[in-house]
Amino acid sequence: MRSVAVIGIGKTPFGAFPDRDLRSLAVESAEKCLKNGHVSPNQVDAFYLGNFAGPSFVGQSHLAPYISTALGIMDVPSTRFEDACASSGAAFAQAFMAVASGAQDVVLVTGVEKMTSQATPRVAEILAMAGDTRDEGKAGATFPALFALIARRHMYQYGTTREHLAAVAVKNHANGAKNPDAHMKKVITMDQALAGKPISDPLTVYDCSLVSDGAASVLIAPLERAAEFTNKPVQVMGLAQTSDHVALDQKDDITTFRAVSTAAAKAYKMAGVTAADIQFAEVHDCFTIAEILAIEDLGFVKKGEGGFYSLAGNTCLRAEKPINTSGGLKSKGHPVGATGVAQICDVVLQIRGEAGERQVTRNQIGLAQNLGGSGATCVVTILGAAA
Amino acid sequence: MKGEIYTETVIHSAPEAFVSEVPYQLVIVTLEDGHRVTGRILGGRVSIGDAVTLVEERNGVPFFTR
Repeated sequence: MRSVAVIGIGKTPFGAFPDRDLRSLAVESAEKCLKNGHVSPNQVDAFYLGNFAGPSFVGQSHLAPYISTALGIMDVPSTRFEDACASSGAAFAQAFMAVASGAQDVVLVTGVEKMTSQATPRVAEILAMAGDTRDEGKAGATFPALFALIARRHMYQYGTTREHLAAVAVKNHANGAKNPDAHMKKVITMDQALAGKPISDPLTVYDCSLVSDGAASVLIAPLERAAEFTNKPVQVMGLAQTSDHVALDQKDDITTFRAVSTAAAKAYKMAGVTAADIQFAEVHDCFTIAEILAIEDLGFVKKGEGGFYSLAGNTCLRAEKPINTSGGLKSKGHPVGATGVAQICDVVLQIRGEAGERQVTRNQIGLAQNLGGSGATCVVTILGAAA
Repeated sequence: MKGEIYTETVIHSAPEAFVSEVPYQLVIVTLEDGHRVTGRILGGRVSIGDAVTLVEERNGVPFFTR
């Protein structure tokens, strides 16, 4: 396999944009990315799109060529990947393999979702399709409810508290307030987080990520060709995608995401590193409890201690191993199909030293963890400054 | 059929088809044979560890009570 580098990144701001359609968001992020990587459309060998529910949210299928032709990318493979909230993580994983194998050289990966054109109950219904619609959906499960079921069990087994969950939201909002592209650039207090409107007990509105519009793009190429495009190449050191049951009631233990621990183990092995070597990470905090599970399942902290670790400040921007310096899905926003690639963009920004007010000093090895559904898909990517 | 509550949540914000039912309690029950099922609760609220009995199935969804 060839070594692979990220040579360009581009994102739209995340937010509610009633005047923007799905394609214009995707095109904006991709054009910024092509410019950032000094790549022209006719140099792109393939276009990989991550999108969860364009057909349901905006009534359009066949999205990949619909977008790539608008970019002037012609006559190449152009395909959409769907793995719920890990759709663009999965697209990135496939693009990585295409370049690593030698099949393709310069590949553009875009993630996009346009969610805010639907009313909240319809958004809930579309998102619930990422769960098991027969066994969970028919019983009235929502996505927040699935993570509430996980939170309750984690609290019962490990003594995790409402304050532990709130600490994740407070920290991510503090980081997001420093991110010019974040959906909700607003600092919140512990008292506010604890007094949020109940959504699905024990989760309140402050435990839930945002319903957002947005897009993100990355360009990858063989590491040996990276210097043609950028003087700041970032190497994909390790990458793994794994899977698990879709329905929670099929899992032996819902306080751990098996797909996260298996993907992490494979990605660490490929990169030749351990959890201790990761200096910062973007993790999939679709709900506050998901960040707690993520830092445990990635091996940053022992199982059951994630809540205590978070409340003690160990995940903050100035801590030794900062988590979600972008503000995470909680504050940056969660246009679901865009999230996986957006996380990779945020890790690359840190490694390049371009993260502005939220720049971390230990920035040589970062990790992105993208989760699909209630844990049925996970993509873990380890990125490092290219030697 | 009997079982024990593995985990539970009370839902306040529901999908379109369930809006008229909020707040309602969703549970995962560990049945006597070790299998787990997702279902709903009739009557009073339940907590993790509570023993429950299957009352009926509606549209394929098991409803339990304490």
